[in-house]
Amino acid sequence: MTYEESLQRLQAIVAELEGDRVPLAQALTLFEEGITRLREAAATVQDADARVRTLVEQLDGSFQLLEPRA
Amino acid sequence: VGSWDLFAAVPDGPRRAPGDTAADAVSVGALTRAAKDIIEGAFTPLWVRGEISDFKAHRSGHWYFSLRDADSRLRCVMWRGDTARALTKPADGMLVTAQGQMTVYPAGGDLQLRVLRLGAAGDGLWQKALEETLARLRADGLLEEARKRPLPRVPRCVAVITSPDGAALQDIRAVAARRFAAIPLVVVPARVQGDGAAEEIVAAFERVARWGGADVVILGRGGGAREDLWAFNDERVARAVAACPVPVVAAVGHEVDVTVVDRVADLRAPTPSAAAEAAIPDREVLTREVRTAGERLRLGAQRIMQRRRQVLAGVGGRFGATARRLTDGQQHRLRRIGQAMATAVEQRVMRQRAVLGALAPALRGAAERRVATEQHQVQALAGQLNALSPLAVLQRGFGVARTPGGAARASVADFRAGDTFDLLLRDGAVRATTQQVATGTPLDAGAALEQGGRP
Repeated sequence: MTYEESLQRLQAIVAELEGDRVPLAQALTLFEEGITRLREAAATVQDADARVRTLVEQLDGSFQLLEPRA
Repeated sequence: VGSWDLFAAVPDGPRRAPGDTAADAVSVGALTRAAKDIIEGAFTPLWVRGEISDFKAHRSGHWYFSLRDADSRLRCVMWRGDTARALTKPADGMLVTAQGQMTVYPAGGDLQLRVLRLGAAGDGLWQKALEETLARLRADGLLEEARKRPLPRVPRCVAVITSPDGAALQDIRAVAARRFAAIPLVVVPARVQGDGAAEEIVAAFERVARWGGADVVILGRGGGAREDLWAFNDERVARAVAACPVPVVAAVGHEVDVTVVDRVADLRAPTPSAAAEAAIPDREVLTREVRTAGERLRLGAQRIMQRRRQVLAGVGGRFGATARRLTDGQQHRLRRIGQAMATAVEQRVMRQRAVLGALAPALRGAAERRVATEQHQVQALAGQLNALSPLAVLQRGFGVARTPGGAARASVADFRAGDTFDLLLRDGAVRATTQQVATGTPLDAGAALEQGGRP
């Protein structure tokens, strides 16, 4: 799932949990899924070092990502 | 008549040049050809500025027109092979610059400019070329707002089609590093001005599509003169942008004029930096967003727990009140159901505990306290159920009669002499046979049995 999908699903889950109509068993399943989506979204926003690479197409049509020349 | 050198000295006799006398008159063709040679030799190809008039595009594909200003008029021809390089077909009144070779058109004897290249000197030609391109794109629906795709909130990879040495790339890189460094930028090099720029940009788009690794593309360059930006008005580039399988942000650093590419792109950014801002989310904002979502999820779960506690308490209360009005046999069944319920609730609490085990420790602490409360509730309910159990009655010294099949025998009407029944007592059960049945208040009837039992 992309970040957007995870977050959208998460928001839908929260909205459902906040409503009064969810049966308890389903609420728990939803909560469980919510945790999974939350973890996915959180993993996406992890920080890392900047990476800029150059796309190079080989003669055989395959692609390579090269570090840019200094 | 062979080729003549009009000015060659005549070797012998008095100095006479062709055309000196009537007797030496030269032909029109020879003179014209001589003039042509002289003119062509005197001018190398040069740029001329003027206004287009008498423009005619011949069926053959050649263009015929004049260049004029307030003082003069110069006939021009542009061969079909050269017209392909022009921005578009010019129209009368446009100011242009034409690069060409001065020559003489022998058949008409006219001075003529053989035009090799045609550029715009005023807005006219640019405007016409632009309008024609836009009209074609519009006809194909490529300018529709509805076509524009939203950018992904968090792209996995951003492709940047630009010059690898340009300032645009540096600007984009700086913004990416500040906002969300973990999103990789992949540069797809292409010249963004001059001859061949359009072709290189188109090729870069095709490469991005074949590669398939990016989910948004920034096409950009810094500002520049209109001629420098012309590749961004090229119809082929516009069509490549439209055909791109992922959204394209156009960032031609030129706030005043909107290029054709800007109109076709999914998003137009005024500068490469702004394009990077649009394509790359701010990590701080996302982190806050995820944190808020997590907090809401936690609160939602808390609410569910609370509600469930209320439900349990309510069910427990109603259950107790109802149970007191039931027969022993019904109570027995109820007890079994109650136990099953308690087990189910217990299992659910266990399962929930497993879910909570996945939570961050801080969250887990709070959640576990809630689970403990839940367990307490379940135990209380179990205790309540137990108090209603027939077994508790037995503990107080009473017996319960039932058929060997387990059906309750709560009334004398259920007994017939000779029937077998079981009597459940505090510490076991007795299988007995009915000898006699007496009806009445229990103590009176019991006395009657005693007498009847010993006749």
